Amino acid sequence: MHELAITEGVVDAVQQRLPDATVTCVRLEIGPLSGVAADSVRFCFDLVAEGTNLSGARLEISEPPARCRCHRCGTEFAPDGPFPMCRCGSMEVAVLCGDQLTITSVEVA
Amino acid sequence: MCTTCGCGEAAGGAGPAHAHVHPEQHDGSGHTHLPGGSGHTVVLQQKVLARNDDLALANRAWLAARTISAINLMSSPGAGKSALLERTVADLGADLPVAVIEGDQETALDADRIEQAGARAVQINTGAGCHLDAGAVGEALRRLDPVPGSLVFIENVGNLVCPALFDLGEQARVVIASVTEGADKPLKYPQMFRAADVVLLNKTDLLPYLDFDSVRYEADLAALSPGTLLLPVSAATGAHLPDWYAWLRRLAAPIPTR
Repeated sequence: MHELAITEGVVDAVQQRLPDATVTCVRLEIGPLSGVAADSVRFCFDLVAEGTNLSGARLEISEPPARCRCHRCGTEFAPDGPFPMCRCGSMEVAVLCGDQLTITSVEVA
Repeated sequence: MCTTCGCGEAAGGAGPAHAHVHPEQHDGSGHTHLPGGSGHTVVLQQKVLARNDDLALANRAWLAARTISAINLMSSPGAGKSALLERTVADLGADLPVAVIEGDQETALDADRIEQAGARAVQINTGAGCHLDAGAVGEALRRLDPVPGSLVFIENVGNLVCPALFDLGEQARVVIASVTEGADKPLKYPQMFRAADVVLLNKTDLLPYLDFDSVRYEADLAALSPGTLLLPVSAATGAHLPDWYAWLRRLAAPIPTR
């Protein structure tokens, strides 16, 4: 359940950047290969935000699909799970996108 | 500072909450304001783990300045991490200074075991936390104050998921697995095994009593993470531990001789 620590990281980072703002919405981008479960972050967010300037803020998470390139055959493909494997059977792949864990923007009142 | 968005630009005098003009981009603030209803949007584009990564970088520099090699030891609970560490400390301690940072949710049992084996140790109790982070390790390193040229083992919390995500500033990552856990672990926890420089497959003395497919284990790991070195060992009997020690000696920064 590292998502609790991840969510605390989100709240801390926003507090640090915008200490005096009333934050009404936080937008995250969580890639399917980031190792973080978006649902668990949603579960933790309200609890972690309580008592901060993010209290009551809406959480919007976008989960853009991942893209990988196979080192063996050069094919670009969209992995269908958290464990990218090329159709040629190779697991030696470069992650082009999908491992990001980013606070993209926030909305302030 | 603008009290609404928190950016570095000075608020333009008194008045309603957000009286100063917000240009599309504040110079040097690294974010853009977009129009958005009654409030407004502040673009951050910030990595969630940025703070941990910064602290890990600082740890790495601190260690490098003292020619100390740190190893992040990760495993599931019961893989034999502490037993292996005890034995390593006892066998290497005479000619290579070793110190240990122990991460557990509760108790100082492991740190006590390591000190009895002859190395200095500090315990970090993470409480509810399921992993060590770079901040806690940085504090522990300063408390431990290892001698220059030494080897520091950072025994992470027993867990094959969460620790993979957090850079501690280590020089190498070692996963301790055991044959009693089953041969399917690399494929079940790909992130952890992919991140490993070395996998120590422990408890090989028990192989005669188990239905463990060593060939499959090796093949799966090689396919998943071709750069990872697999070292089957037994902390109980000492079998193949010299391979592990040889790897550690290569990693440890050589003490310059004059």
